[in-house]
Amino acid sequence: MAKSDLKKFFVYSVFLGILILPMVGFPTTSFHAGRAFGVWGVFVAILAIGLIAKTLRGTGGYRKSTAGLSSLFSPASGTIKRIPRKYYISILLLMVIIFPLVANRYMIDVGITCLIYVVLGLGLNIVVGLAGLLDLGYIAFYAVGAYSYSLLNLHFGLSFWACLPIGVALGAVLGCIIGYPTLKMRGDYLAIVTMGFGEIIRLVLNNWDKLTHGPNGLLGMEKPLIYYPSLGEGGLTWEVFKLKSLPGLYYLIFILAILTIIAVNRLDKSRVGRAWVAIREDEVAAELSGVPTTWLKLLAYAMGAAFASVGGAFFAAKLSYTNPNFFIFMESCIVLCIVVLGGVGSIPGIILAGVVLIAVPEVFRELQTYRMLAFGLAMAVMMVLRPEGLIPATRRKREFHEEKQLSAGD
Amino acid sequence: MDGANPILQLEDVHTYYGNIHALKGISLSIPHGGIACLIGANGAGKSTTLLTIFGVQPAAEGKILFDGQPIQNLRPEQVAAKGVAQTPEGRQIFPRMTSLENLEMGAFLRRDKAETAKDLEWVYTLFPILKQRTKQLGGTLSGGEQQMLAMGRALMSRPRLLLLDEPSLGLAPKLVKTIFQAILTINKSGTTIFLVEQNAHMALSNSDMGYVMETGRIVLEDDAKALLQSEQVKKAYLGE
Repeated sequence: MAKSDLKKFFVYSVFLGILILPMVGFPTTSFHAGRAFGVWGVFVAILAIGLIAKTLRGTGGYRKSTAGLSSLFSPASGTIKRIPRKYYISILLLMVIIFPLVANRYMIDVGITCLIYVVLGLGLNIVVGLAGLLDLGYIAFYAVGAYSYSLLNLHFGLSFWACLPIGVALGAVLGCIIGYPTLKMRGDYLAIVTMGFGEIIRLVLNNWDKLTHGPNGLLGMEKPLIYYPSLGEGGLTWEVFKLKSLPGLYYLIFILAILTIIAVNRLDKSRVGRAWVAIREDEVAAELSGVPTTWLKLLAYAMGAAFASVGGAFFAAKLSYTNPNFFIFMESCIVLCIVVLGGVGSIPGIILAGVVLIAVPEVFRELQTYRMLAFGLAMAVMMVLRPEGLIPATRRKREFHEEKQLSAGD
Repeated sequence: MDGANPILQLEDVHTYYGNIHALKGISLSIPHGGIACLIGANGAGKSTTLLTIFGVQPAAEGKILFDGQPIQNLRPEQVAAKGVAQTPEGRQIFPRMTSLENLEMGAFLRRDKAETAKDLEWVYTLFPILKQRTKQLGGTLSGGEQQMLAMGRALMSRPRLLLLDEPSLGLAPKLVKTIFQAILTINKSGTTIFLVEQNAHMALSNSDMGYVMETGRIVLEDDAKALLQSEQVKKAYLGE
């Protein structure tokens, strides 16, 4: 056990104690020792498990086997390569597919929310992770998707499938409109402007009574329909099936999420993806290499917005209801947290973080009002202990382990 | 200059950064095939001149002709497509991309894979050290290696005109020699070179012709050998 790890463990435990004990311990004027130390104990236990895991990994056999040439790469890669990728992906997929068959309604509902946020996280990853444009108003595009489906369905009776491409196009156009004035901005300025745009869209939805019914929201949209062929007496006919049940909706968002994953994965590996990374790394150098930075930045906004719009349309269809308060600034923050916590630029990381960040607060429901405290603490601890994210993208991993790599290279 | 049609020509170019008048009417003319240099003190507008040629900091007035065609209204990627490449000041490479990925970015606009592979080999013969560093991150390379990488990246687009912004900046004298040796080799392969330098002696002694810049204006232009002998240049830039 490394001495520095042990020291870290004590420092964090004491820090958590200072934070938790008074807040949890004083619901009124008297101190509830059991409760306070109970909550603190949980966190210390988590830290202890982390410490033990780290120690075991440090002394474990795999490091010796990967000595020599491969020590050039980050040590973490050794464990993952053990299990072939194919197997654990198919096991994971199978688990996700059978989930609605074994879970109760509440769990399926949480599952659906998780998958929506996975789609949102992956979309924002294009803007923040690949192109490096910090967007704090991302949830606005989610709202655009939700409202475009709601309005088109209520007023023109268009089906979910017809509205999906329209919503995507609207989202992309709006992404460009919002992106255009921010093209020359960077970092904190960009963040503030995008945050402003996000709020503008929410306020428009909130105040345009005639169109959006203001804070009351829109109600009564149709659920998505599924068409399937059937051979009856009259030959081949198309039957219509309304996706009302939760498992049905779960499978729909599951398919949408899979499509998003495939699309984002391909983008990531494409020429365009490489150019986005170049813009993030150094915009002038990218320009000098012949990368059309203006177009590609707009494209990043448009693509990110398109995925959010898909999520939004599904969200409105699932609830048959939408109102502007679903799209507050906090939601943008949560999506950004998913991207950062998962590992900026890392697709598996974002999927995991989407599930963790949405499901874990539900698990902590027992703690009632303290669950957001627990959530915040978990985030803070995570960022200190593992700034590169849950499953870092190879590029990020390299960045955070640069010194190691450098010393190994010399 | 004298009748022979130049590869690059600037006619009374003005560039502004907001209210700051950075280039106050630059005119210059670079002949095909040679090495030209632009020397001057810090803040004279040397880097701005290069960025203006490339369209990164567009010219407000004036004409820029590449091979006789106006390029002053083109965007950087269009200028790059015409056959111009540039290494940015201060060795701006992509720090979190590997050295190979950096080189590949240089060929961003190219579709001819076989020819690109040949050019990669050529860059590796020019800078053998880069071949040993293929998987290393750009940001972890030494200063000299980063300069080589930036030049290699620019060469990957197989440019006809290569603009170099202070290739010797912050490098040890021995490395500066290596870099200038490479510049001569690149030039011999048929690429015209226009370089901006503070190291006036090194630049002038390796160039065919030179320009001297002061606060946004070209104040002297002549044969490089003649400039090396000029009293004015000696006094101001060569410290003699």
